[in-house]
Amino acid sequence: MSLGSQLINLFAAMLLLLAFAMLAQRRVVTLIDLFAAQGLVLALSTAVVAYTTTQPHLYQSVALTLLLKVFLLPWLLYRMVRKLDVRWEFEGLVNIPATMLIGIVLVVFAFNLALPISRLASTVTRSTLGIAIASVMLSFLMMIVRRKAIPQVIGFLAMENGLFFAATSATYGMPMVVELGIALDVLVGMLILGVFFFQIRERFDSLDLSHLEQLRDDRTPRPRTPGDAPRRREAPPASAGER
Amino acid sequence: MTPGALASQLLQVALALALAPLLIGWVNQCRAWLANRRAPSILLPYRTIRKLFVKDAVVAENASPLFRVTPYVVFGAMCCAAAIVPSLATALPFATAADAIALVGLFALARVFTALAAMDVGTAFGSLGARREMFVGFLAEPALLMVLFTASLISGSTSLPTIVDTLSRSALGIYPSLAFAGVAFTMISLAENARIPIDNPATHLELTMIHEAMLLEYSARHLAVLEWAAALRLFNYSCIGIALFVPFGIALGSDMPAIVAAAPILVAKLAVGGACLALIETLSAKLRIFRAPEFLGTAFLLAVLGMLVKLLLGS
Repeated sequence: MSLGSQLINLFAAMLLLLAFAMLAQRRVVTLIDLFAAQGLVLALSTAVVAYTTTQPHLYQSVALTLLLKVFLLPWLLYRMVRKLDVRWEFEGLVNIPATMLIGIVLVVFAFNLALPISRLASTVTRSTLGIAIASVMLSFLMMIVRRKAIPQVIGFLAMENGLFFAATSATYGMPMVVELGIALDVLVGMLILGVFFFQIRERFDSLDLSHLEQLRDDRTPRPRTPGDAPRRREAPPASAGER
Repeated sequence: MTPGALASQLLQVALALALAPLLIGWVNQCRAWLANRRAPSILLPYRTIRKLFVKDAVVAENASPLFRVTPYVVFGAMCCAAAIVPSLATALPFATAADAIALVGLFALARVFTALAAMDVGTAFGSLGARREMFVGFLAEPALLMVLFTASLISGSTSLPTIVDTLSRSALGIYPSLAFAGVAFTMISLAENARIPIDNPATHLELTMIHEAMLLEYSARHLAVLEWAAALRLFNYSCIGIALFVPFGIALGSDMPAIVAAAPILVAKLAVGGACLALIETLSAKLRIFRAPEFLGTAFLLAVLGMLVKLLLGS
């Protein structure tokens, strides 16, 4: 196997690992770092694809990915986290080891799904299609199991990363117009969701989205968890009590 | 069975028996240096074992024969494992008797006997340690098997000498699957050897100890044999790690000069590995016992991912 395809495989494996790390991460700030790292790996692997297949238009996607997913979106998320003052995210609906096991099942499913497609494809990157589908599904899982708003949005953004990788591995990227459109969509979506966060917190005193399930006009629902009260730092849970 | 192969087999087991306490001493020395303390002598484990052999053994009144037999069973299992793992040479006549799966079984045999003996006398600490040991063991074992399967998939055989042979002959390539398996294996060997994120080998604090709690009732020669077996277990795990992930330098035949040349390379790799172990232990804090499933679950996940990546990407 050539060095180029070995490198692409390595980056694909790292992408999968980062998807799992995001699934297991409890802290919001580290989650944003992992998202930025995923964007960086994505840009690197796209650059390798562009170099080995001599597709100059892919370099533009690399630049777009670097600018948007490594610098701009993480910066916006950081700013939002600082303004909302959320540091610690408690466990989601399913505990973390169980989430990981569900993740493994999803990966097996995705690999099986991708196998017939990649047999028909002729690109050098065809074997990584399974990993792309798997990381889309893992991000989707993350959106499902998290309660709080910010991890859900990061899951949404990571899903877009997975789709981008799928496009690169199946057909060497999308046309430039489509790519620009998606990038703009993600950016605007991020800004609108940022406004939503402040509205949600103002209304419910919390970013826990389960409050949104009670849709009633007559009274303001009271916050169920005292954890996310505004302008109050959450104390991290007592860790490692044993000596 | 050629005389050369037999000699390499015997030399390897003898080297494992001789070097295992030295490895423990080296790790302790590195830990002391990293903690800015004065280090104990590197030969301290040898002296401890000699001292324990001289003393008179005390056995609880209600101890069954199982309690007396266990140290020798555990020691024997570890010696067998040392004979199977190709640390010096791949031409091992004994290794055809057992493959990687049987090796995991040998470790499990030692664990079951230690746990039974710990519960035999009926003290609270023994039972506590035994329960925790089984708890850690049932999580670590499948992950270890998955790591070995990943290497087996690459080389097409579950026999450890064949795996080493294939991996060290193949052209230098990037194996993402082996990288996953390597991280998983490091985590598993920390847990299996009662090292810091799971258990602290230096403490006898009753609430946290796992391995030491099981040995509390033992004294003198029984304890010496068990301590030696624990050192051998660390040595074996290090050798499995070397064989799977950095197999370069292990003699691929049974000619004597190559085997003799492999010995200093092995010692150098073990020294680096021991220093890394001490570094990991110094940098990490002990986990609560209820966090152990998460730690070992991550190891299992990484090992399975390695295998899946191997199946999908073929590398």
